[in-house]
Amino acid sequence: MMTSTKAALSHFVRFAPRSGSAPASAPSAAYAAYLRSLKRRALSIQLWQIGLVAALLVVWEVAPRAGWINPMLTSYPSAIARTFTRMLQDGSLTTHTLVTLSETVVGFVGGMLLGTFCAVVLWWSSYVYRVLDPFIVVLNAIPKIALVPIFYIWLGDIASIYAMAIAISVFVTILMLYTGFQAVDEDKIKLVRLFGASRLKVLTKVVLPGSVPTMIAALKVNVGLALVGVVVGEFQAAKAGLGYLITYGSQIFQMNLVMTAIVVLAVISSLLFIGIQALESTVLRRHGGVGGGN
Amino acid sequence: MDHELRKRGTSGLEVACDPFGLMARPSAIMECHMNVQPQLVLEHVSMVFRSEDLNFTALAPIDFEVPAGKFVSLIGPSGCGKSTIFNITAGLQPPTTGRVMIDGEDATGTIGQVGYMLQKDLLLPWRTVLDNVALGMEIRGVPMAEARERALPLLQRYGLGGFEKRYPSALSGGMRQRAALLRTLLIDVDVILLDEPFGALDAQTKSQMQEWLLQLFRDFGRTVIFVTHDVEEAIFLSDDIYVMASRPGRIIDKMSIDLPRPRERSVVSSPRFVAMKQYCLDLLRTAAGQPPQAAAA
Ligand SMILES: Nc1ncnc2c1ncn2[C@@H]1O[C@H](COP(=O)(O)OP(=O)(O)O)[C@@H](O)[C@H]1O
Ligand SMILES: [Mg+2]
Repeated sequence: MMTSTKAALSHFVRFAPRSGSAPASAPSAAYAAYLRSLKRRALSIQLWQIGLVAALLVVWEVAPRAGWINPMLTSYPSAIARTFTRMLQDGSLTTHTLVTLSETVVGFVGGMLLGTFCAVVLWWSSYVYRVLDPFIVVLNAIPKIALVPIFYIWLGDIASIYAMAIAISVFVTILMLYTGFQAVDEDKIKLVRLFGASRLKVLTKVVLPGSVPTMIAALKVNVGLALVGVVVGEFQAAKAGLGYLITYGSQIFQMNLVMTAIVVLAVISSLLFIGIQALESTVLRRHGGVGGGN
Repeated sequence: MDHELRKRGTSGLEVACDPFGLMARPSAIMECHMNVQPQLVLEHVSMVFRSEDLNFTALAPIDFEVPAGKFVSLIGPSGCGKSTIFNITAGLQPPTTGRVMIDGEDATGTIGQVGYMLQKDLLLPWRTVLDNVALGMEIRGVPMAEARERALPLLQRYGLGGFEKRYPSALSGGMRQRAALLRTLLIDVDVILLDEPFGALDAQTKSQMQEWLLQLFRDFGRTVIFVTHDVEEAIFLSDDIYVMASRPGRIIDKMSIDLPRPRERSVVSSPRFVAMKQYCLDLLRTAAGQPPQAAAA
């Protein structure tokens, strides 16, 4: 939302001087009509979206209450809202949410750092890359979720969740970043080498800054993956967190609890995603800027 | 005079140091007397690219020297080895035979002895224009603050004022070349290699850039070697022009351009300029196996 508003603003600003400075060249009637039709279209799309959500909520509320479906299985919005406010008031929801959120953030930041470090090592030594390449591919292909019980046995209930979040994001990061490093323009590397740059300078002045868009792409993927890792880790091991709420709620057949946790998860992941998109648009304005490539 | 030029033009392989039989300039005479060694010498440099089943001679052995403070151009068809000469001079590629001497010392295969502006401008899009121009100094160990401080007045003086804090995407083609060239000039080396810096610019921007380059050449007093496809550009800018031919890449002639400096744009329509241009075009045509144009006319 925030980013699209910003984009819309910058669009407006770019065009403003044209119409502002020269009232004589005001947009033609046909162009104004075209703009209006665009606006109408955007508005109707938003109306549809709101309508769909409203319809879903109404059906979800009415169907269990009317006895068409079993409320034990689906719960319904007003009951979820009651659970939500009650848990918010006694502070338990905030606690569980913060636990999951911090595990997720540590997970994807850790996965990014570890992954970047490994990708740098592979870039630095093509020998090491040649040796390790098949192992990384195989490790990346393993469904990491399968490791949850092992991590629990090895690392205990808290560390295993962080380990899961990192494990699930680190291999993708390595592969994405290594490919990104390889794709950095050879001529830019040649440019800094001509100034006498060492391999370290090539890394810090060209390869790393040139790979920022790739890093953001990796970050985007990792936020989602880390959240999956954390929730699954919590299913197995935790005494707190939204994943724990979900297993606990389903064990005592409290669908209100389960649904509340899922709604909060959806909100968290959307917020993280929006945050990264905002970061992306600020950074990429430079990197991918018009004619900025070369 | 035309007739004489044509005669020389057809004998492609002889290297005439002064094809017009013109007087040497006073500065050249002084150099002779003082016996100043040339700043850059390529001695018998050749380049053979080897692949499994065939050897490709990109550069037959060439000899080539550039006195300090001169503007020398290399002109020749695409693929005649101009960029290869630059890569060897800059130390990026070891030559198959021969050596590169800079200020009398063997610099073969040594990187960082010369400034080299590659064919593309290669501005880093994540750095501001100022930081791009300061990049070379920064990598060579000048502290960033000092590098910026040195670059800033030059940006203002050489047509990039007001763009210091902008990113390269805000620059036009000509301004990008200016920034790239300043970046090359700001490092502390005497010899500057420019590989077709204006090749991709439109005609008007190109002629502005040529005059801008002459101003820089005057102000900075560096030794410049300039690669171009454009005969008029080469004559307008240079003291000496080496004319090259391909298959194998080699030097077929050296022209001395004694037009007085500073040069005005109007010089391009002077009879001398036109004659030199015709001579050079004929050389290139003959080398490419086409009949000289003047003969056909
Ligand atoms: N690394 C290389 N391997 C094989 N052939 C090359 C290599 N670099 C250049 N060449 C060949 O050498 C010739 C000269 O290239 P280049 O110096 O780039 O020409 P110019 O700059 O004059 O257009 C070309 O035919 C090119 O294909
Ligand atoms: Mg070239």
